[in-house]
Amino acid sequence: MIEVKKLVKRFGMKAVLRGVDFQVEPGEFVALLGPNGAGKTTFLRILSSLSRPSMGLVKVAGFALPAHSASVRQRLGVVSHMPLLYGDLTAEENLQFYGRIYNIPALNERISEVLDMVGLATRRRDMVRTFSRGMQQRLAIGRAVLHDPDVMLFDEPYTGLDQDASEMLDGVLKNVAAVGRTVVMTSHDLARAEELATRFDILSRGVIAASATHAELGNSNLLTFYKQALAG
Amino acid sequence: MSPQPRVLKVLNVLSALLVLVAFLMAMFYAPLEKVMGEVQRVFYFHVATAWVGMLGFIAAAVVAVIFLRTQDLKWDVIGLAAVEISLVFFLVAIVLGSIWARPAWGTWWTWEPRLTTAAILEMVYLAYLLLRQGIEDPDRRARFGAVYTLLGGLSVPLTFISIRIFRTIHPVVIGGGGSEKMGMTGSMVATMLFSIAVFSIVFVTLFWHRIRLGQFSDKVEQLKLKVTQ
Amino acid sequence: MDKLPLTTLRTPFTNQRPQSNYLRAVLAIAWKDLAAELRSRELLSSMLVFSLLVILIFYFALELDVKAREGITAGALWVTFAFAGTLGLNRSMAVEKDRGCLDGLLLAPVDRSAIYFGKAISNLAFMLIVEAVVLPVYSVMYNINLFNLGLIGVTLLGSVGYIAVGTLLAAMSVQTRTRDVLLPILLFPLVIPVLVAAVKASSGFLLALEMSEILPWLNILIVYDVIFIAVAFMVFDYVVEE
Repeated sequence: MIEVKKLVKRFGMKAVLRGVDFQVEPGEFVALLGPNGAGKTTFLRILSSLSRPSMGLVKVAGFALPAHSASVRQRLGVVSHMPLLYGDLTAEENLQFYGRIYNIPALNERISEVLDMVGLATRRRDMVRTFSRGMQQRLAIGRAVLHDPDVMLFDEPYTGLDQDASEMLDGVLKNVAAVGRTVVMTSHDLARAEELATRFDILSRGVIAASATHAELGNSNLLTFYKQALAG
Repeated sequence: MSPQPRVLKVLNVLSALLVLVAFLMAMFYAPLEKVMGEVQRVFYFHVATAWVGMLGFIAAAVVAVIFLRTQDLKWDVIGLAAVEISLVFFLVAIVLGSIWARPAWGTWWTWEPRLTTAAILEMVYLAYLLLRQGIEDPDRRARFGAVYTLLGGLSVPLTFISIRIFRTIHPVVIGGGGSEKMGMTGSMVATMLFSIAVFSIVFVTLFWHRIRLGQFSDKVEQLKLKVTQ
Repeated sequence: MDKLPLTTLRTPFTNQRPQSNYLRAVLAIAWKDLAAELRSRELLSSMLVFSLLVILIFYFALELDVKAREGITAGALWVTFAFAGTLGLNRSMAVEKDRGCLDGLLLAPVDRSAIYFGKAISNLAFMLIVEAVVLPVYSVMYNINLFNLGLIGVTLLGSVGYIAVGTLLAAMSVQTRTRDVLLPILLFPLVIPVLVAAVKASSGFLLALEMSEILPWLNILIVYDVIFIAVAFMVFDYVVEE
């Protein structure tokens, strides 16, 4: 589903990603971990076609980037730590807007469905400005699944959420992934990552330092695995 | 740091010498103009520097398009050099023009098409430099710079045309209309053409130097990054 | 607290993906801006108040109610529009940048230029609304009849050119460190042909000059509009990509 070979990304002369190799099969839920500045956000931006690779091969859902970015975007749902929502519009209007841009048919029914899934049906006609951070994140996920993407990218979705909101987000994420979607999520929250993901990749200093599936991790702690990967 | 190539060293000397020669020509070889007197000699350098400024302007616009197509950062340095040189040369031209204008038209400044357009062009250049200053990422800085240069390249000619339709009192140099005719004798024309040629060479020399400077500064940035990482 | 239903999302689409519709996207973006503005009215109110203040200041600065008004009216109006316009352009782009919404737009499977046209349409709408209020107010305050079809046409043509370049430059300036301050600096030197032509054409209509005298100015406006809309359309990609 996602194929990355020798990806290099430079900003001017500074190399942030230095030869990343990354493969994801359909249905996998990969937690991309790593210290700040490792390049996780940059990597996700390249996968989501928001940023162009300096060198290397990137393919998402069978389409090469940056050549076929429009096709990739049709099949991609992105949630970043910014909500990407318009405060002065209602939840419904926000979804209507994105629905029109993605040219989704039977939009109103779809919106009802999505709002139900993220638990915001009762706040349909309220302005997003009045939403708490947790509610905004949930609506953001709703926006991201609106067009039924095959691949979902989450960049630190738990940022700024309290305990209750985080638990709600867990539920929504499990829901979203359960339909066989391919998910890549970056996070600093190792416990959550361990619970949700099927595979863990550590990005350090611009390359994938280590990778292990849940099964391979076995009895050992994700934290020790993480620390070992960074040290090595 | 690579040393100056021999051609450049030759150009340095040549430029300096030629400017001196042109200066002497303007001062002594060219005949005294009967209406304006000595001040008129400023005119040769005024036209020459304005001409070079135009070269820089066209170069900048063309290079901008090339950069956008190739996305090769080396064109960005060239474009920046062209803008900076054009900026300075037009400034000199404007100042010399003012010095010439004072006794000729009784005023330091006049809102006639060429002068006004030159002033606007200077503002476009300054805006370009300010734009570059506000961007950290070199790729983005180059792209935005190129886009703005392209827009300027299209807008300024239109500006000139629109002000021209406004009015014109700028003297037309070699024959041609306007209430002030300036016919030029043979030696005057020679001085003029020589000055233009000389300043074209000066342009090339400065251009080359500026591009080298840009490349060195890029290298320094690169080395800095290597050290900190 | 809302109880999360555990039903998974039905997948109504089979193998066929709906192709994104360019026109629908453009209109959606324009509509979104207008709908949001209708709610908050922040942008319009600041543009309007600013414009009216400028016109008032002109009274004191230029003694606008003195006889030779028709000559200065066009100039005063266009200075007002030019400055108020930058307020609207800045605000409109800042909204996208601040909440990261620009990314949301860039993730859409449409050609980037759709974003440009959508934004340009809403920016133009805001500018026209402000002009539609300012013109009558000016008429009343200075006792000049501005309900002149030619004048309105020129205002429209000039606004289109101004917004065409302004939207592109605003997309650039919002990504720099200096942001709001930079936009007028970038915009005004490039937009001078519009100002010159619009002022001359407007004055021409107000003074009821011969059409042959006004025509060159109209030509400049049209040429400018066409060139810059085309160039902005071609170049917008470079301004928003990374």
